[in-house]
Amino acid sequence: MQQTQQTTASVQNSFWAGFHDGVPIGLGYLSVSVTFGMMAVTGGLPVWAAVAISMTNVTSAGQFAGLSLIFGGGTLFETALTQLVINLRYALMSLSLSQKLERRVGLIDRMLFSFMMTDEVFAVASGQKGEVGKRYLFGVMIAPYCGWALGTLCGAVASGFLPPSVRSALSIAIYGMFIAIVVPVAKQSRAVLGVVALAVALSCAMHWLPVLNTVSSGFSIILCTVLAAGLGALAAPVPDEPSGPDGEVA
Amino acid sequence: MNAKTIWLYIVVMAGVTYLIRMLPLALLRKKLRSRFIKSFLFYVPYAVLAVMTVPAIFESTGSVFSAAVGFAAAVLLAYRGAALLPVALAACGVVFCTEWMMRLF
Repeated sequence: MQQTQQTTASVQNSFWAGFHDGVPIGLGYLSVSVTFGMMAVTGGLPVWAAVAISMTNVTSAGQFAGLSLIFGGGTLFETALTQLVINLRYALMSLSLSQKLERRVGLIDRMLFSFMMTDEVFAVASGQKGEVGKRYLFGVMIAPYCGWALGTLCGAVASGFLPPSVRSALSIAIYGMFIAIVVPVAKQSRAVLGVVALAVALSCAMHWLPVLNTVSSGFSIILCTVLAAGLGALAAPVPDEPSGPDGEVA
Repeated sequence: MNAKTIWLYIVVMAGVTYLIRMLPLALLRKKLRSRFIKSFLFYVPYAVLAVMTVPAIFESTGSVFSAAVGFAAAVLLAYRGAALLPVALAACGVVFCTEWMMRLF
């Protein structure tokens, strides 16, 4: 990742190396997707719908937000906008990966593995030295995809057998995960802490203040996020990382 | 909710998510120049996760009180550097115990 030379020497393109790197991601996804399956069915979706969402979306935050929109009766337009805002980060990852991909990887292949471009797959791919090839990428994606789909199925089927007290406790799990993602970064970076504090304040205002609380939850998420991240970007622009996965601009 | 409505939601969610991932990888080859957009995209995940967590977390469990205790436990553990799964499970455990104790009184 530190190397920015455009030598053709190192290309990681082994399917099995990729598969090996994907297994821990797949195991990690199991627990999250079990929670998703449970929440979907607990909230009133049939088992097939929970599994279909996981097999077509493959994104945790977007899927959980999608659930709250479905249960809250959000419109399709709100749903689309929410997915756009929540998943906007993938655009940056895809952009970054496009610089790291072997040049000869064709359009069809690019379109295929865009489908599975999760945070973790991106992290593993950009951690490779030099360029990555398509066989490596497809290898990485197999275990996470299976873990995501199977976990959702297990969670969806199991939720019917759980007593209400356990379901109540489990429904905080996803928020616990969000906290576990945000807090360590906010602890390190005052800018992120500021953005998070602003986001929380805006979100509470939208929830409790009169008039503002009539705005649907979908638009509220978008509005608060764009405001908090936008003000953060204005007040504390992120320095250009010289050792980023993209290398230098030619 | 009927199956057709559910499929509509699924198609919209999957379609938008896929296009976001696919378009930059398939079409753009240049690096992003705008420092503002790069910074904005850097902050988006944290902002959106914070917005989705607060205040929704306080209405996620059987009572506001148990949720607040779970929230505090999760923040404390995450601050101490615990990983995703332990934080999530600990929050669940704390909520379960809190609600169990609340039923005793």
